[in-house]
Amino acid sequence: MSGGALIVLALAIPIGGAVLLSAVGRFAHLRNEASLVTSCGLLAAVAALVPAVMAGDRPSINLFEFAPGLEFAFEVEPLGMLFALLASFLWIVTTIYSIGYLAANGEPHRTRFHICFSLALASAIGIAFAGNMLTLFFFYEALTLCTYPLVAHSGTGEARRGARRYLAILLSTSIMLLLLAILWTWVAVGTLDFRAGGILMGAVSEPVMTVLLVLYVFGVGKAALMPFHGWLPAAMVAPAPVSALLHAVAVVKAGVFTIVKIGLYIFGLDAIRDFASGEWLLYVAGATILIASLLALRQDNLKHRLAYSTVSQLSYVVLGVAMANAHAVMGASLHIAMHGFAKITLFFCAGAIYTATQKTHVSQLDGIGRRMPVTMGAFTIGAFALIGLPPFSGAWSKYYLVLGSLDDGAYAVLAVLLISSLLNALYFLPLIVRAYFPTGGQPLPAASGTTEAPTLQLIAISITALGSVALFTYPQFLFNLLRPLVGM
Amino acid sequence: MIAGHLPILQVALPLIAAPLCVLLRRSALAWAFATLVSWALLAISIMLLIRVMVDGVISYHLGGWAPPFGIEYRLDTLNCFVLLVISAVAAVVTPYMRQSVASEIATPRHNLFYGVYLLALTGLLGIAATGDAFNIYVFMEISSLASYVLIGLGSSRRARAAAIQYLIMGTIGATFLLIGIGLLYMMTGTLNLADLSQRVAEVPDMRPIYAAFAFITVGVLIKLALFPLHIWLPNAYTEAPSVVSAFLAASATKVGAYVLLRFVFTLFGLEFSFERMPLMEILMPLSLITILVGSGVAIFQHDLKRLFAYSSISQIGYLALGISFASTSGLTGAIVHIFNHAMMKGGIFLALGCMMYRTGSVELSALHGLGRRMPFTMAALIIGGLGLVGVPLTSGFVSKWYLVQAAIEANLWPVAVLILLGSLIALVYVGRVIEAAYFRPSPPDAPAIREAPLQMVIPTWILLAASIYFGVHTDITIGVAERGAEMLLGIAQ
Amino acid sequence: MDILTHFNYWAAIALATIGLYAVVARHNLIKKLIGLSLFQTAVFLLFITIGKVTGGTAPILDAAYSVYSNPLPHVLILTAIVVSVSTLAVGLALTIAIKCDYGTIEEDEIHDADSDAGPGSA
Repeated sequence: MSGGALIVLALAIPIGGAVLLSAVGRFAHLRNEASLVTSCGLLAAVAALVPAVMAGDRPSINLFEFAPGLEFAFEVEPLGMLFALLASFLWIVTTIYSIGYLAANGEPHRTRFHICFSLALASAIGIAFAGNMLTLFFFYEALTLCTYPLVAHSGTGEARRGARRYLAILLSTSIMLLLLAILWTWVAVGTLDFRAGGILMGAVSEPVMTVLLVLYVFGVGKAALMPFHGWLPAAMVAPAPVSALLHAVAVVKAGVFTIVKIGLYIFGLDAIRDFASGEWLLYVAGATILIASLLALRQDNLKHRLAYSTVSQLSYVVLGVAMANAHAVMGASLHIAMHGFAKITLFFCAGAIYTATQKTHVSQLDGIGRRMPVTMGAFTIGAFALIGLPPFSGAWSKYYLVLGSLDDGAYAVLAVLLISSLLNALYFLPLIVRAYFPTGGQPLPAASGTTEAPTLQLIAISITALGSVALFTYPQFLFNLLRPLVGM
Repeated sequence: MIAGHLPILQVALPLIAAPLCVLLRRSALAWAFATLVSWALLAISIMLLIRVMVDGVISYHLGGWAPPFGIEYRLDTLNCFVLLVISAVAAVVTPYMRQSVASEIATPRHNLFYGVYLLALTGLLGIAATGDAFNIYVFMEISSLASYVLIGLGSSRRARAAAIQYLIMGTIGATFLLIGIGLLYMMTGTLNLADLSQRVAEVPDMRPIYAAFAFITVGVLIKLALFPLHIWLPNAYTEAPSVVSAFLAASATKVGAYVLLRFVFTLFGLEFSFERMPLMEILMPLSLITILVGSGVAIFQHDLKRLFAYSSISQIGYLALGISFASTSGLTGAIVHIFNHAMMKGGIFLALGCMMYRTGSVELSALHGLGRRMPFTMAALIIGGLGLVGVPLTSGFVSKWYLVQAAIEANLWPVAVLILLGSLIALVYVGRVIEAAYFRPSPPDAPAIREAPLQMVIPTWILLAASIYFGVHTDITIGVAERGAEMLLGIAQ
Repeated sequence: MDILTHFNYWAAIALATIGLYAVVARHNLIKKLIGLSLFQTAVFLLFITIGKVTGGTAPILDAAYSVYSNPLPHVLILTAIVVSVSTLAVGLALTIAIKCDYGTIEEDEIHDADSDAGPGSA
């Protein structure tokens, strides 16, 4: 099958799945099977594109013309391939998890849930395979709209308020800043295609490039750069599988993916380094990393702590782009995948804890390690991966980011990386230690013994935790995929 | 043989059909007849558009009298596009009318309703087709009078109050237009638009020409409902029967925009309107205020028809803004927005009509739980709402794209930001509607509600599906709009 | 500023202003409609009077005369008069309906009745 046809297939499968789900939604078994089949089908379609991309091809297809000279175009390149693989694989795992979670917690509106999930994945694939900024913007907005019903899922007043904030911040930034930047680029340069080396060099002056960088970076609200990060904690009202989707599978990954893509293919690394005064971006990213980690320390609600941790981790990727050298960008791209696996594990665990014990706050988790060994084991793996300890996945991405900072002699950046790792340890380790060795707080209930989460959730947790380890031990595939990106 | 007379048939057919419709006493017959006529009109306008795209300008002399002594119907791309919009909206709305009208208007009056509706259609089509200035005035008054009656047929007594308010303001506007035409006739001795444009170019510095420009512009702006002359619109759209709101929202103000385009660009010309007269300085701030105030007031409404009426005012601001740019992108954006907004707003008001038919109310609180019970209607409402915001993949995005492009090309950065801000404000009221429909449970004592009848849901979906289709496949609409824009700017130069 | 030679324009403007004033300043619907009629009639006067050609006679072909007044404005205004009468008719019909519904034709009383009655209008 040709590359172009595979791209269309990859988009059609989740959309078709959503249609199928709306038809069979009322039958629980059919619904679950339909979700699983769709997600596996998507992974198959995406995986089929890998050999071509590894060989150096760039499968592409143009669908139709939006305006004269501006087409709805798709092109698969290594970074997009990475994102698509990540999203489709983790979708399968999330589907398994959410079937278990929704059933165990008796959540309503399950069909709507799965339909929106499908559409959100279709949007994520669209973002991954976009060939120009316009196509990417289309799917970016579609992603926001598809995930809104998921955030507002439970329909309570709190959920509605959280969802309102989610929508407001994401759409405000994308309409007021990102769309403005896109139109400005279109008028100034005459094209919106993604090209190696960027399209802005030579077409616009330096001050304009700086302003455009500001508009683009802050316009991608999904990357949660401060001060536009508020939507992420607000979205924690959603059920755990949705949080997992937001943080690991699709939404924030789409955000940082977009920033890397803009950095590489609209501006070009040379432009950022030499012309666009990318220094301010280093400061913003660094500040976000540190401030978000400090805020995470203060959160008692587990999901909120994880949310601020994500805000902080996302800025690692932005930091890598801001440094704009080969090692840093490699580290940033790797981090998209590494963080994905680690964070999804952590959110799955948070959901499992809620399902099994109804507990949501860190202070309530004393001694839970004995009662839920598998869950806490996985949680530990995920936490260590985020801190950056080998043999877990985060080690590689941190390593490359450190190399990147050394390449430039940016010792301030190095300091930020090290301090933030320390802060990560500070907000994860006490939690883990107290889970296994309770010191005070709430005493263990008399009848102990394992009261683990339902099986389906455990399966999902185990897969992602093992994935975290696997990514560390077998990183070759990712390296080979990403090497041409940075010319290494 | 008929093909040669298509231009006049476009206008004469509904004119003759109107009294015939009244004679058909039975409501079902009158409706069927009106539907057939509207479909025939759509066919005629499609044929005309194709002919114009292929052959160029069509010039039809009424009664065989040559202009400038006779009345001429001069059809170019812009005319035919507007004709298409009006007849397409009519063709979709008329089949819908049967059940909606049956539930909202007393049965003995149905044949009168359809007759007056056809008269309104005549007037609107006539304005778009003619090439004679006085003819524009006459058809404008025909359509306006018919609209006053249609609005006054609403069920509550406020409909009559709204209708007379509209009557007074609308007549003043039309009379201003007449004064302007009179002054132009005084100076040039002709009423034919093409002829006038040549003769006005010879005497541009005379005070009567300035006065004529001012009178005509203000008169048209009253019809267009631009701030601060918009006061009649919210009451009129809210109190009118649902189908009338849908039909008028999708056609009447668009025709007003068309008249503005004709007079400003074809008759007076780009140079006169924008360099000698400060049209841009006046129109641009007014349209920006309209955009923001319209959306802003819409946020606080809880009657859905009034909410979307204010939203219409805001969208008209976009039309006027596109005109005020006087560049190819700006005019393309305005002309394509004529089409896009007609589809979106028509669809939204039709969806509201479905809601009124089943639940008897269009209050925001009546939306609770409707997302489940009337899924197709609510989905249509959401799509229309997203189009108003300008979400990509809807046609609203296409218009916004061209308008912001025009602003950036003209280096008017605050204007670009304000256009995008208008989208955000629209998001607030659309978000309220979405939340009420989908994320609030229906009240426990609510009666069982089914989806609206297929005859009403299908036209709603046709319009909204069109708004999505033309948000993606823009080549037809943009192609025509761009040709129209270039022609308007080209003739003037 | 030849007032006498431009007498027709002054008359038309004066009438138009009186008519517009009546529309704006009076609350009674009938008076508004009368004002509207006055305004429109003033415009008709404007149109018709410009048709007069100095030294021209009535526009009926006759061998004895060579200069005729312009007949076109008369024709246009006949159409416009029809429009004006129709508008008046619709306006009066609506006024009668309002009288039946509200019991009054004073616009401020109608407005008060509406804002007391309904929370739906903002």
